[in-house]
Amino acid sequence: MIDALSGVLLIPAIAAALLAALPGYRLTARLNVLAALATFATAASLFFVEPKSGPYLLIDDLNKVFIVLTTFVGFTTTVFSASYIGHEIEVGRLTPTYVRFYHAMYQTLMFAMNLALVANNIGLMWVAIELATLTTVLMVGIYRTHEALEAAWKYFILGSVGIALALFGTILVYMAARPVLGEGLAAMVWTELMTAAQKFDPALLNLAFVFLLLGYGTKVGLAPLHAWLPDAHAEGPTPISAVLSGLLLNVALYALLRFKMLLALNPAAIAPGPLMVMMGLISCLFAAFMLYRRRDIKRMFAYSSIEHMGIIVFAFGMGGALANFAGLLHMTMHSLTKSAIFFAVGHIAQVKGTQKIAAMGGLTATHPVLGWGLVLGVVAIAGLPPFGIFMSEFLVVSSSFARQPLLAIPLALGIIIALGGLFLRLNTIAFGEPRGPVAPAQASYLPMFAHLAMVFVAGIYIPPTLVAGFQNVARLLG
Amino acid sequence: MSRGTLSFDVAHLLAGSLVLVSFVQLYQDRLYALLNTFALHALILAASVAWQAFVQDASHLYLTALIALIFKAIIIPTALHRIIVRLGIHREIETVVGVGLTMLLGMGLVALSMVVMLRVTAEADPLAREDLAFALSVVLLGLLMMVTRRNAVSQVVGFMSLENGLVLAATGAKGMPLVVEISVAFSVLIAFIVIGIFLFRIRERFDSVDVQALDRFRGERR
Repeated sequence: MIDALSGVLLIPAIAAALLAALPGYRLTARLNVLAALATFATAASLFFVEPKSGPYLLIDDLNKVFIVLTTFVGFTTTVFSASYIGHEIEVGRLTPTYVRFYHAMYQTLMFAMNLALVANNIGLMWVAIELATLTTVLMVGIYRTHEALEAAWKYFILGSVGIALALFGTILVYMAARPVLGEGLAAMVWTELMTAAQKFDPALLNLAFVFLLLGYGTKVGLAPLHAWLPDAHAEGPTPISAVLSGLLLNVALYALLRFKMLLALNPAAIAPGPLMVMMGLISCLFAAFMLYRRRDIKRMFAYSSIEHMGIIVFAFGMGGALANFAGLLHMTMHSLTKSAIFFAVGHIAQVKGTQKIAAMGGLTATHPVLGWGLVLGVVAIAGLPPFGIFMSEFLVVSSSFARQPLLAIPLALGIIIALGGLFLRLNTIAFGEPRGPVAPAQASYLPMFAHLAMVFVAGIYIPPTLVAGFQNVARLLG
Repeated sequence: MSRGTLSFDVAHLLAGSLVLVSFVQLYQDRLYALLNTFALHALILAASVAWQAFVQDASHLYLTALIALIFKAIIIPTALHRIIVRLGIHREIETVVGVGLTMLLGMGLVALSMVVMLRVTAEADPLAREDLAFALSVVLLGLLMMVTRRNAVSQVVGFMSLENGLVLAATGAKGMPLVVEISVAFSVLIAFIVIGIFLFRIRERFDSVDVQALDRFRGERR
């Protein structure tokens, strides 16, 4: 029986196989878009018809939000990717064989991320996140330049270490669950784990969470485990940077949140919140300072992603209905905005032929649409009104001011420092004397402006059904 | 242990030897020797997993043992051996930290994992408990090796011995479903990808005579 739940897995899987077999990038790029659209439509249908969860696959209010966000950004990125890849083939940076490989890997990545989100089994979830890591490693190294291979290698090594630690944590969770749920499958199934969590051995759970936080935290890009992230973002194709920042970090965060919910059910286990708050705060502050010394435009926005993941993890670490709501909203807004920025950055780097900030300038004069698109994106990501990120950051900061003012101050400081760093560079890129080639861009602006429009609308008005949905999930997260 | 003390002792011996071989790996300063030690590491892992399969009456674990034996102990070391010969890099490994310090760090890590695991798992059954402590030691020693080596081959070997630790942990956790097979399948995939990346990387670094490529490399460097 095929329902929407298996649909979000089957469509990308079949598409990956097809794209690996079909030649011709024009056709495959369109097929890629089509498959992503079909996946998104299937995911959206989850809101209307809820399929049954089984021992392997699970659907609930929490992962519905993540799946829809993932498939939506996945879809818009394919639209951007189609025009991006067209240009890469024209200038000869990618050969048709590599493009075929790229498209197949893109759909494999979508499959892996969806599988991680719907997995009802902690082992299956781990496998899915590992698969997502491996596909992105291959895509980061696709240009075969020295830097790209080095970035892929670094990502592979650090990602594998993270993934290995996460597996150790997963094994420890199984060990904790085994005396209660018995040997076998039941002790690895989320729905079973959640019902019996209060009887687990708290010491084992604590240890497991430390490993899981370090392991999946590496994938979330939390400082000091973030070292792979800027390189991987800078050296891979830009659509992959958009997907990495906008989606893969969220998927790893989702895994972390599930385990946090598990620990929260056991009264004797440590509270996972403070650990997450601490790591979130460190990431936010660290990345904010790192923004000032960036010379590569994609690296800069990679650091901005670390900063925002820090804020999100901070919010979820604080916990409670309001902070969780703010965290969810911020995650959604960050995904939309950051991918929009990468859409702009991808075309800018193609026009200028480089990613170096020093070689760009006066974009608003030479390429008004791209330039102003980037300006809007940076204004949004820096957390200025009227965009949605202002709302969510305001909620995070104000809700923590009400409870822990001492923690809210460094967070607010980090946000302000990051704002300064971003605008400093934006000034060079978007205004001033035009530098570099001024040839018109062959770009598809639709995905970028669609995302920015959504973030803009969210800053002014969020539909009540969405608010109710997010509130419900925030309650679930505890 | 339900089957008396012999099964416990053997499991203990094998897991302990795995830690010991991890230590031996730490100070190998020639790539050939390192690969041979890794083959031994994988061999002991295979024996340990096979013993667990026998003790737990879990026939699927024999498959894991077989994969560890054939793939990790034979195919991978042979393949890496050939790559090293072809690239002509079978000289010394550059270690970032000295051997003495590395060994001391390794001992510290083993002590740490013993203290942490034995204290935390006081109520679990003794075999699983000690297995986990040993497994964590192997994982940490693998990490240490990856940190202290700069050469790609030795980093890969470090990662694979880290994986061995994970397999030890997974088989020690009695009755853990599916995951052993899946994780082993993934370690196969990882190894393939490692070799792939590794080959490309080496080709870029040593075999390129394209001056333009070199210029581009220098120009892009930050």
